[in-house]
Amino acid sequence: MKFPGHLGEYLLLMGKVLQRTPKRKIFWNQVLDEFVELGVRSVWIVFIISVFMGAVVAIQIAFNVDSPLLPRYTVGYITAQSIILEFSPTIMALILAGKVGSRIASEIGTMRVTEQIDALEIMGINSASYLILPKVIAAMLANPLLIILSMFVGIFGGWAAIFLTGVYSAHDYVFGIQSWFESMQVIYALTKTVVFAFIITSISGYYGYYVSGGALEVGSASTKAVVNSCVMIIVFNLILTQLFWA
Amino acid sequence: MIHTEHISKIFGDKQVLHDVSTVFEKGKTNLIIGESGSGKTVLMKCLVGLYEPDEGSVFFDNRNFTQMPLSSRKEVRKELGMLFQGSALFDSMSVIENVMFPLKMLTNMTYGQRVKRAVECLSRVNLRGVNKRLPAEISGGMKKRVAIARAIAVNPKYLFCDEPNSGLDPRTAILIDQLIAEITHEYNMTTIVNTHDMNSVLGIGDKVSFIHQGALWWEGDRHSILATDNAEVRRFIYANEILQHFQPTDNPTGDAESS
Repeated sequence: MKFPGHLGEYLLLMGKVLQRTPKRKIFWNQVLDEFVELGVRSVWIVFIISVFMGAVVAIQIAFNVDSPLLPRYTVGYITAQSIILEFSPTIMALILAGKVGSRIASEIGTMRVTEQIDALEIMGINSASYLILPKVIAAMLANPLLIILSMFVGIFGGWAAIFLTGVYSAHDYVFGIQSWFESMQVIYALTKTVVFAFIITSISGYYGYYVSGGALEVGSASTKAVVNSCVMIIVFNLILTQLFWA
Repeated sequence: MIHTEHISKIFGDKQVLHDVSTVFEKGKTNLIIGESGSGKTVLMKCLVGLYEPDEGSVFFDNRNFTQMPLSSRKEVRKELGMLFQGSALFDSMSVIENVMFPLKMLTNMTYGQRVKRAVECLSRVNLRGVNKRLPAEISGGMKKRVAIARAIAVNPKYLFCDEPNSGLDPRTAILIDQLIAEITHEYNMTTIVNTHDMNSVLGIGDKVSFIHQGALWWEGDRHSILATDNAEVRRFIYANEILQHFQPTDNPTGDAESS
């Protein structure tokens, strides 16, 4: 199927996802379960990647920006800007697309090929809404929290690297982080995060929901879900950046 | 009672169902039989609304299901139970949670009432002591029983079974057949079973519809099927080596009585 066909099918599915929700109590219980699955269980990977990436970014900047003409707080300032504006919201979204997106596509895809989705439909349950909407809502709630964690841990990782290696003054690093801090940058980062969470969960849900065949097709759908989520994240990153700062 | 009028279904350039009109009677086990690829599963999926027929209509007690808006279909679907070929149990839920699931979604029962009803249904299909197990931890026969228990949990008026014996040993297959027949008569449901197992046909076929190349080729019951002179039906039923011993010899080729 070509791109317009996929887009049309995706939009129709999103219409179905938003059409009818299960009972409110059941729905919010599902959201809570998905919050744990998609959010809480991603804390460890977000933590590990952020702390090391923050450290690497700080060391790279410290070694490459050593001109006496530049103020001493430059390393802290650039590290914080990189982490808040791009690394945490965008790079973490790409990593979560791999972790969360493949899980969603393979879970829903397996349900499709084992007729569990048909079983839901026979019961008169809107399967698209039942399966996809709680994941979308849970990710849109959990991902901003993960990204805030990533920002803190990334900046801390930079500080730890600077402090432990002694390549730069930790005091100047902290001063750089605090300099010219704009809350709008965090709002921009969190807005991107919410949009990316929607992209990851809805695209992965789409590829899982329309699987036909067997295990091979589920694996293929999982790969397509991750690849297409990543592409759309990069495209929307540019669009949102233009909309915010242009 | 369920009846169909002139159901046709086309996938791409292939016509899978041709003008199928038939009646599935209440309180009876209505069997749809035919070779693999004959269109049985597509017919069943058209009956339950998983596929939309390209032509024709399906009626549930004279309610035109095909023409209904989605909101009304939802009400009819609450009256359906379905046993899928692979059981289609929810992997992440235990046995009892699977049976309680339609009650949770479709009724306003309290948790205690749901547990009570689920235990009743599991007892009815002779399953005890497996309530807390996951589907992956029970045998294929047990899975079918759980799926039947889930299907009857909401007291459906119509029960659909898609190849309920596939993947089961002969003894378990007979037990599942008997269970389906008993439940059908006990709850006075309209049951439709999709199968190509001649043991099922001869054991529980109150009404048998033979589908060949997407068309309804022959209808009768388990008593008349062995004596039919319809060539295609004979070819189908006497493919089994054991049944060949019962094959009448007076008219081995037979005349087609396509309907």
